[in-house]
Amino acid sequence: MSDFSEELIRPKTEDDQEESCVFSGTGMSFPWLQKHIGTVATGGKKEKDFAQTTNACLSFIQEALLKHQWQQAAEFMHSYFQILEDSDSHKRQAAPEIIWKLGSEILFYHPKSNVETFNTFADRMKNIGVLNYLKISLQHALYLLHHGMLEDANRNLSHAETWRYGEKSSSQEVLINLIQAYKGLLQYYTWSKKKMELSTLDEDDYAYNTASQNMLNHSWKTSVNLCALIQTPGVWDPFVKSYVEMLEFYGDQDGAREVLTNYAYDEKFPSNPNAHIYLYNFLKREKAPREKLISVLKILYQIVPSHKLMLEFHRLLRKSEKEDHHKLGLEVLFGVLDFAGCTKNITAWKYLAKYLRQTLMGNHLAWVQEEWNSRKNWWPGFHFSSFWAKSDWKEDKALACEKALVAGILLGKGCRYFRFISKQDDEVLRKKIKRIKKSVKKHSIVNPGL
Amino acid sequence: MDLEEAKEFKERCTQCAAVSWGLTDEGKYYCTSCHNVTERSKEVINTGAIPNTKIQAISRGLKRKRKLEKGWDWYVCEGFQQILYQQAEALKTLGVGPELKNEVLHNFWKRYLQKSKQAYCKNPVYTSGRKATVLEDNPSHSDWDSEPDLLSDFSCRSFVESGTDSQPDGCPQKPFPISKASQSETASICSGSLDGVEYSLRKEKGIVKMTVPRTLAFCYLSLLWQRETITLSDLLRFVEEGHIPYINAFQHFPEEMKLYGRDKGIFAIESWPAYEDIYKKMIEIAKFLDLPRFPDITEDCYLHPNILCMKYLMEVNLPDEMNDLTCQVVKMTGIGEVDFLTFDPIAKMAKTVKYDVQAVAVIVVVLKLLFLLDDNLEWTLSNIAEKYNEKNKEDKPWFDFRKWYQVMKRSVDEKKQKWEEARAKYLWKSEKPLYHSSIDRAVVYKRREMVVSLQKQFSTLVDSAPTVEKKSPSSFQFNWTEGDSARTCFHGHGLQGILKKKGQSMTTKNSLYWLSTQKFCRSYCKHVTTYEESNFSLSYQFIINLFSFLLRIKTSSLHEEVSLIEKRLFKTKYSKTKKKSRSRKGRKY
Repeated sequence: MSDFSEELIRPKTEDDQEESCVFSGTGMSFPWLQKHIGTVATGGKKEKDFAQTTNACLSFIQEALLKHQWQQAAEFMHSYFQILEDSDSHKRQAAPEIIWKLGSEILFYHPKSNVETFNTFADRMKNIGVLNYLKISLQHALYLLHHGMLEDANRNLSHAETWRYGEKSSSQEVLINLIQAYKGLLQYYTWSKKKMELSTLDEDDYAYNTASQNMLNHSWKTSVNLCALIQTPGVWDPFVKSYVEMLEFYGDQDGAREVLTNYAYDEKFPSNPNAHIYLYNFLKREKAPREKLISVLKILYQIVPSHKLMLEFHRLLRKSEKEDHHKLGLEVLFGVLDFAGCTKNITAWKYLAKYLRQTLMGNHLAWVQEEWNSRKNWWPGFHFSSFWAKSDWKEDKALACEKALVAGILLGKGCRYFRFISKQDDEVLRKKIKRIKKSVKKHSIVNPGL
Repeated sequence: MDLEEAKEFKERCTQCAAVSWGLTDEGKYYCTSCHNVTERSKEVINTGAIPNTKIQAISRGLKRKRKLEKGWDWYVCEGFQQILYQQAEALKTLGVGPELKNEVLHNFWKRYLQKSKQAYCKNPVYTSGRKATVLEDNPSHSDWDSEPDLLSDFSCRSFVESGTDSQPDGCPQKPFPISKASQSETASICSGSLDGVEYSLRKEKGIVKMTVPRTLAFCYLSLLWQRETITLSDLLRFVEEGHIPYINAFQHFPEEMKLYGRDKGIFAIESWPAYEDIYKKMIEIAKFLDLPRFPDITEDCYLHPNILCMKYLMEVNLPDEMNDLTCQVVKMTGIGEVDFLTFDPIAKMAKTVKYDVQAVAVIVVVLKLLFLLDDNLEWTLSNIAEKYNEKNKEDKPWFDFRKWYQVMKRSVDEKKQKWEEARAKYLWKSEKPLYHSSIDRAVVYKRREMVVSLQKQFSTLVDSAPTVEKKSPSSFQFNWTEGDSARTCFHGHGLQGILKKKGQSMTTKNSLYWLSTQKFCRSYCKHVTTYEESNFSLSYQFIINLFSFLLRIKTSSLHEEVSLIEKRLFKTKYSKTKKKSRSRKGRKY
């Protein structure tokens, strides 16, 4: 397969810009908008029927893909290839990427397609319009991975890694890093399999040494492949995770900490909750001081207040000696329960019930009122309606009891939820309900004087 | 042809040991099995044995190979002649009489060459440069007064004798002088033809330059002269369906006629021919050629509105009985007159009738007379017809507009969908790619190769059944049969429900009518009126869409034609009350 010399000669700055915009910023791109802008720019002069054919053909393909009519899509694709011969060089140069995207989609799903067809197509497309070479190579490798052909994928990536074309543009460099990182990921996979094997071997075994030596080799190669990518801003979760795992395995705690800290705190990187989670888990494994753990989770709390680690965060705050941490602890609990996905989380309710009592006993009514003021309009309907009372009681009596206590404290004993639960006559829970009634009477923030 | 020529080379290939040689463009041998190119080149050039067509006939003596380009010397007009020849042959296979090619088109073309000072005159442009003086043998108008004159003007029939090398030695004029080797060497740098560069630069006043779309105008002129049963819309549809060579017609040029550079701009076509465009070009050419009045279009001609109306009534599945009404409209409007119908290019205002569009417009007018098409009356009448048909199952059924609409809507939508898909699947690029210069050549060929291989790969994913089955040419696009509920035939249905007796004659039950256009454009913008779809009833829109799809014309041009018929039909209304929005008019039949 040889390249088109014409495209080799011409610098393609436009494409480079396009590619870089995909990788930067919000990470979102609007291909249709871009296409639309493209047509607006060339508007004015009369479109030839050739262009009409290719445009119509493109929309037929898109429609067929949408309806999963692979056969039909392939039929139209057959005609769409002629856009590679478009006399409009602008369109001709944009075509290979579109063809690759559509074609690979069709070949991925088409019943008559197989790995071989896909390989042929990918190899051909790599050489039309050189600038797509890396992207296509990477996607080709991912396709092979999807089909469990790890070795072929690895070979493909190695091939792409060594590919050079003139002066690399910066966007191409990111791609090369990405390709290397995927290679690293594949090596990690082998490493981790070896680790499993190793764990079954006896340390005195003869095989143990060679195996561990083998592993060491692998990890070294992998880290070389991974670390370049990790330093470029972006979301690289799987790569970071496996890199850190290997560093930890070989006892390089400082290295691991540095990678994770950088990943979580470097401002050039996009905001990524996972970065903080990885760092927190690492620090926890390291038995880092509570203060440190709290500071990591504080950031996570700002990004994802409903994360399941928030309950752990609450426990940390509760145990802390600082008063503002105690206040934050209350905030966190309220925050978790703001989310529809957490309404049935019994632990959260249990914590809230317990912590409300504790806070009120500690004479911090103002804290509670502060949290409650912004929620008193919607929480009663959201959590404490009689519908919820009935269904909670039916599904999970323990949850209903916790919620009843919270409702009683926040809304007073007149509230529907509390009234419904307290009226229930259940032999097992009779004592508990009695206790709830008592604490509501004692702690309710409604008419505290009574 | 290359393989034929390479037969004498019998050595084994050094790469694969096969004995299967072809000739490259440079005249070297290449192995057809492994594409290995040898250093050996063919020495004897044996052009005499190549069975070639009229190119030899018209430009004998020019076929020596040039050192640089390795093709024949040929002129742009020969390229067009080649296309016309192909088109004429195609028309012949469609059933058109052989006289069209041998006499009419041949003479038109000769006349064109003469008028444009390219051949058949004492000092053609090629010898005297571009400043050709007045043609001395330019025939005067009087020569063209009658048909026989036109057809016997020249004795040289180079256009006719194809496939043979036997040109009568007595041919008095050689179309192109040979003594221009120096000019051709320089010109050929940017084009495969000798005069490609010069041709694309030429802008002479008063000369209609030949283009590929104009070949169709020539075809239609000949068809019209012969009063053949092919309308312009039919012709263009046949082009679209691939029965007449047009797009990539250059593909079938003889191997030795190389095209590149400027030839690309002249012969490569990336658009379908449009009705209005070809129609205009046809008039323009007829005027340029100074053609005499065409043979009369009389009532027994296919192009006469009475016959065309009948044809289109059948095509769109309307009752035969409507033909009486269309004939009456034709009579009242006077569009069936010979003088109105016959094309006369040298008349003051050269204008021909769009026979097909006009016939269809008459049908639309009749439909409006019968059903009003106001989204109301046609449905009321349908209800009556439906009830009658239910009660009288044995009788001849009354025409039910609603049923007809349902059948037509489905069929047309289906057809349109297929048509759109076929258009989207159309492969524009020729197997013989055109390039701008020899530097491009490799890239262009590589690209072609790439596309072909990708297409080959994807064609294995498609069902083995060929997707684009070639339709056999037909004047009819629809097929109606009795019995099949999806394709119900309404030809035999009666109009009793819509007409009523009044004294001796029949009148329409509907006594209302609305005009498609109240005001005509009086300015010089050339269009008659505008068509803003949303201003009209849905039924009218449907009918206009249906017919304009059938003829592959714009809805607005059909609407214009309808308005023009109405203008003739309601002359008095237009002159008296121009501002009345809806005119009431009872018509008697």
